[in-house]
Amino acid sequence: MPARRGNYYSGNAATFCRRPLMDTALIRELKSLLGPANVLSQKEDLMLYEFDGSVEKARPEVVVFPLSTEHVSCIVKLAAKYQVPVVGRGAGTGLSGGALALGGGVMIVFARMNRVLEIDLENRRVVVQPGVVNLDITRAAEKADLYFAPDPSSQKSCTIGGNVAENSGGPHTLAYGLTVNHVAALELVLPDGEIVRVGSRHGDSPGYDLCGLFVGSEGTLALVTEITVKLSRKAEAVKTLLAIFDAVGDASCTVVEMTASGITPAACEMLDGWTLCAVEDYIHAGFPRDSAAVLLIEVEGVREAVESQAAAIGEICKLNHARDVRTARDDSERDLLWKGRRNAFGALGRLAPSNYVLDGVIPRSKLPEALEQIHAIGKKHGFQIGNVFHAGDGNLHPIVLYDPRDTEQFKRAIATAEEIIRMCVSLGGSLTGEHGVGMEKNELMPLLFSDADFDLMRRIHDVFNPDSSLNPGKIFPLSKGCGEIRVRKSGQAAGARP
Amino acid sequence: MSSISNLSGQFEKLVGSDRVHTSEAVLKGFAIAGCAPMAVLKPRAAEEVAEIACFAAAEKLAVLACGSRSKLELGMAPQRYDLALDMSGICQIAHYDPGDLTVSVDAGMPLKELSEALAEKNQFLPLAVPCSATSTVGGAIASGIDSTLRQQYGTSRDFLIGAEFVDGTGKQCKSGGRVVKNVTGYDLHKLLIGSLGTLGVITRLNFRTFPLPELRNAFVAAFPAMEAALNFHASLLKSGLPFSNLELFDPQFSALLAGYSNRTAVGVPKSLGTVGWHVFASFEGIAGVMERIQRELRERCNQAQAAHNETLDARNSPQWNDALRESFDWLRSAALNGALLRIVLPQWAPGDVVELHQVLNQSPLRLAFALRACNVAYLALQSEGEDAQTNAAMERYVSDVYSRAAAKKGSATLLHSPAWLKDRINVWGTKRIDFPLMQRVKQAFDPHNIFAPGRFVGGI
Repeated sequence: MPARRGNYYSGNAATFCRRPLMDTALIRELKSLLGPANVLSQKEDLMLYEFDGSVEKARPEVVVFPLSTEHVSCIVKLAAKYQVPVVGRGAGTGLSGGALALGGGVMIVFARMNRVLEIDLENRRVVVQPGVVNLDITRAAEKADLYFAPDPSSQKSCTIGGNVAENSGGPHTLAYGLTVNHVAALELVLPDGEIVRVGSRHGDSPGYDLCGLFVGSEGTLALVTEITVKLSRKAEAVKTLLAIFDAVGDASCTVVEMTASGITPAACEMLDGWTLCAVEDYIHAGFPRDSAAVLLIEVEGVREAVESQAAAIGEICKLNHARDVRTARDDSERDLLWKGRRNAFGALGRLAPSNYVLDGVIPRSKLPEALEQIHAIGKKHGFQIGNVFHAGDGNLHPIVLYDPRDTEQFKRAIATAEEIIRMCVSLGGSLTGEHGVGMEKNELMPLLFSDADFDLMRRIHDVFNPDSSLNPGKIFPLSKGCGEIRVRKSGQAAGARP
Repeated sequence: MSSISNLSGQFEKLVGSDRVHTSEAVLKGFAIAGCAPMAVLKPRAAEEVAEIACFAAAEKLAVLACGSRSKLELGMAPQRYDLALDMSGICQIAHYDPGDLTVSVDAGMPLKELSEALAEKNQFLPLAVPCSATSTVGGAIASGIDSTLRQQYGTSRDFLIGAEFVDGTGKQCKSGGRVVKNVTGYDLHKLLIGSLGTLGVITRLNFRTFPLPELRNAFVAAFPAMEAALNFHASLLKSGLPFSNLELFDPQFSALLAGYSNRTAVGVPKSLGTVGWHVFASFEGIAGVMERIQRELRERCNQAQAAHNETLDARNSPQWNDALRESFDWLRSAALNGALLRIVLPQWAPGDVVELHQVLNQSPLRLAFALRACNVAYLALQSEGEDAQTNAAMERYVSDVYSRAAAKKGSATLLHSPAWLKDRINVWGTKRIDFPLMQRVKQAFDPHNIFAPGRFVGGI
């Protein structure tokens, strides 16, 4: 047993950098457990795993690919023996740095635990390993007209394990809820290697709602090794509307009025004019190039209700000066509109070397005000900010385009992001609607939570992950200590790009 | 622990002398299974709750927060019970943003009052829980009791978006927020649902609200034989039609429902006069949707050869919905010396329902059974006498239900039973595999074990 190197997560960001390099004996043991093909430890290999979809980076010291729950348990035990931290990772599409190895150590990539273990169409349940890609769950069930409702924009590549860790959302969260609303049971590996199960297949068992706690805990309490998800039935009728506006304010007022009048579409997405042009250049979805904003609205359900809702939505759009309200005529038109929406971030990526996709939430009635403020904040920092977001539930995704090679510009991008998130909170909103806190917003947590809140969250953390060996440095502010709460200044992220 | 006379002065300092009650008559109203607290405190604000919890932790006093006390009997009787907190003094709507469809409400607010306030803005909370005349919002969440709108709106887990509560160290904590989409921090408020006050004292709850539907209609069909009723029920579940509630009753449940309707002056609906099994469906929306669902129901009903069917419109469907919403309450009254069980199976086959009924042949017990939404069944066991033989039969039956549920990977819970039965059968069933993790959660929330010790799963 090697000498203890001290707690590698002492609440001080600098500690992460000081930990000595990994013991080669650990790597040897990992190779003998998993086979050399399932262990990466060369620098050039590890570099591929130092990024995710966020602007941060942090390099693991070894990357492993378990094939079974037992492997995960053994890996965690080995990591504990050598006192190195562990972080789980799916496809690495996360946007808050949740799957980055901030403490170095072992990164467990679940890509090879990607089997659909059981499909129970009768009871609408599918049991999967964490590495299964989100969309593949729907593909496994669609012949029975069933599907998995959470649909992050990255659903073609992101994994269900990552969705569970981050409690991911998507455009249809508006009507159907986040990942947590569609998970019935989990198999977990705790930091000491113990394998446990929480929840139940039918989703209703006496006791605390542990499933509700673990989903969205961002890999800080346990590693998820098996997930039982609930399937939803496809609606018998769907209508997809594209409402085109000459003023952003009119589009946002439409959303406010729609919400207040009690209409809940299945999805209600907004794309601003600047983003639309970029999308149109890339996807050719048929979005108008000369508009200020569009709303992509989808209504689903019983035929009669869909007709009536679509008509009511059309009325509200017109009352708010929509230039035109188009209805997708068939599935291919509908798919094209959604393709444009889902690839919007990619389209904007063609305009600048890098982009920073933010994730803030506001009360829906504050939408017009929030969009004006975002515009003003961007102007102040010298950025044109694109807005492609889930307008229906007040989940903003401002996108800041920047060049990471320009240190000064990167710092400004971070400052812009922080100001926007602070604005969301000041409007009565929250730090993140679906991307998670991770290492992106942990220093902003004191904007919402008090010392007492942190104490309790910390106690919950510590009863499961007492040594912070799992995903250290996430969710909790590192700068907070001895009762003093400080919010980290922009650009001080450990290992942040560039 | 100090004696009551020493503590009374301390309690008065915490909440004021007019808000400390120690008379036997008051204490009796807060008793659980004959065990009364030493004092009832009625705090006015969350800050006072925090001070009480702090004091209780220091003095090692066991605390139970109460709303209207309509469901105090749920769970095991607490192992210790020193202080009852009467939360009815913390009862304001803190924020209501109709335009955002969110509301933030104090735990002690009666659900009925909240519903009225929401209805003014044409909105509602889909928490159709029993004891609706008195039930508080906090109690509805802490008890985790079933809502009859679950089929359409889910459980409170799906629309509770945040909470404020006092933890076992006497600190005021919160989780979630007041926006409909939020993943910031651990979702601790989900743990409070159904926790029976064992994790903390809920002081405020934030919900997503919903627009009131234009119309709420219902449909009931009667079947002479169980098999046909079960098949009809299953076919409706598979139909994809958007029911807000879908229930199947056995003849005895129907008789009790008719009795309740009679007592509450609603009058017995025609269909309930038909002896046999009944399938009830309610649905909501615009007129076009109502017509379509009713048409399909009638067609399916004809195919299923129902003895009788009846469409319930805006005049009589609310009474049905209310009566079914209250079924927990009138079932336990009907089974005063008996028991009320909640059974969840991953899937109900006709054989399961048959078995539950067959076992009772030649038994002194009578059974009323309803299969409710989402595979949840309520089973009331009516006992004529309290003699040893009847009690033994009841105990045998209840244990048998627990074993059957476990064998089918489901679960059973006793919602109501005489004290002697709770002494012999743990209402929560055998400890689940994740019980040690629940203990850890309890340890984190309530390190001094002051909140309702022993009341919850596995003796938490």
